[in-house]
Amino acid sequence: MESPFRSEDAAFRFLLVTIGAFALIVLASWASTALGFLTFLGLSAAAVAVFLRGRAPAPERETVERRGDPEERRVLVVANETVGGEELLSAISTLALSKRTTFLVVCPALNSRLKTYTSDEDPARQEARRRLDETIGRLASVGIEARGEVGDGDPLVAIDDAVRTFGPDEIVISTHPPGRSNWLERGIVEAVRARYAIDVTHVVVDLAAKGA
Amino acid sequence: MSAHAEAFHGYDLNHGATTANQSSRVDARTLGMLLFIGSEIMLFGSFFAAYFFVRVVNPSAPSTWPPPPYDFPVFVAGVNTCILVTSSFTMHWALQSIKRNERKAFLAGMVLTFLMGLAFLCTQLIEYLNVGFNTGSGAFASVFFGLTGLHGAHVAVGLSLLLVVTIRGFRGHYSAEHHHGVELPGIYWHFVDVMWIVVYTSVYLL
Repeated sequence: MESPFRSEDAAFRFLLVTIGAFALIVLASWASTALGFLTFLGLSAAAVAVFLRGRAPAPERETVERRGDPEERRVLVVANETVGGEELLSAISTLALSKRTTFLVVCPALNSRLKTYTSDEDPARQEARRRLDETIGRLASVGIEARGEVGDGDPLVAIDDAVRTFGPDEIVISTHPPGRSNWLERGIVEAVRARYAIDVTHVVVDLAAKGA
Repeated sequence: MSAHAEAFHGYDLNHGATTANQSSRVDARTLGMLLFIGSEIMLFGSFFAAYFFVRVVNPSAPSTWPPPPYDFPVFVAGVNTCILVTSSFTMHWALQSIKRNERKAFLAGMVLTFLMGLAFLCTQLIEYLNVGFNTGSGAFASVFFGLTGLHGAHVAVGLSLLLVVTIRGFRGHYSAEHHHGVELPGIYWHFVDVMWIVVYTSVYLL
C-alpha cells in the first residue's frame, strides 16, 4: 500500500476520494441512521481491502554509483557470524589475486528485536567489532588490505549504507548453509540481487562442519 | 593507514558509527512530511476519540446533537467547507502550473489558495464569536471548540507555509525542475482539507 500522501498528486486524489466517501455517508445517514452506519462500514471494509491488496510497485533495480580509482575493483563483503569462515576468506583471497582490489568488510551488529527497541545495542556492536577485527587481522596477515565497518543490525540497511558510501563493483554475502541461516530465510541475498544492478556473490560458510 | 587502524574509521566506541548514512530509499524531505502527517493523524485521532466518547460512548451522552438549546451553524460551515475544498483545487492547479513552467498561473493559484485559506480562517473566527456558546457550556462545546480549533490551528500553519511559497514565487523561486518547496505545502494543505471533511461531517452533519 502506497501512502496517500506520498506526493501532492496522490494527496489531491485522496482528498477527492474522501469527499466522495463522506458525501455518500452523509446522504445515506440522512435517509436513515442505520443506512449511514452500514455505508460507513462498507466503505471502511473497502478501504481495508484496498489496503491489504495494495502493493507498492517493486523499486527499480538501482545502479550503484561507483567510487574510487577506476583501475581498482571494489568489493563489499557482508558477513556476521561467518565473517571469519574459511570459505569466505578463500573467496576474498581469490578475488584479491585476480585484480587490484579494495575490500570493505561490513559486519551487521545483529541484535534481538527487544534489545533494538530498547536501544541496548552496545554488546551486539562490540561482538561484531571483535569478529571484524579478527577477520581484518587475518586478511592483513596474508597481505590483503581491507577496511572494516560495523553496520546496522538489519543486513539490508547495513548493505544499503555501505553501497552508498563505498560504491562497490561487487557484493559478497556470506551466510550459514540453508536451513541454518536466518539471512537466507529472510531472502537477504535475493533482495540484494533484486535491488542492485551489480554482481552479488553468495558464499556459504559451514562453521558446524569445521567444528565437527 | 593500516587495515587494523582503518577498521576503527568512523567508529565511536560508545555509540557505533558516527557518520550518518542515508539508508531510506524515500526522499528525506518527503519522508519527513509523511512522518509529520502521521503524527498529525494521531493527534487528530485523540481529539476524535474524545468527540466520539462525549457523543456516543458516554452513558450520559445527549440524545440530540448538539444538545438543546444550541445549534451549529451548518450552512455557514458548509460554505466554508466549499471554500476550503476549492482552495485545494487551486493549490493543485498552482503545482501543475509550475511543473509546466507557467509562472503566472502558478502565482495566481498560490494567491487564490492563500486568500481562500484566509477566508476560511476568518469565517471560522466569526463563527466562534456568533455560535452562542463557549467552552464552559458543556462537554459538547469543549469538543466542538477543541476539534475545530485544532483544525483551525493547522489551517493557520498551512497559511504560513502558503505565504512563504507565494512570496518566494513572486521573487522568482521555483521552476519546472525545482518545485519541491511547493509540493510539500501542497501535501500538507490537502491533508488539512481531508481532516476538515472528516471534522465537518462528523461534528456538523451527522
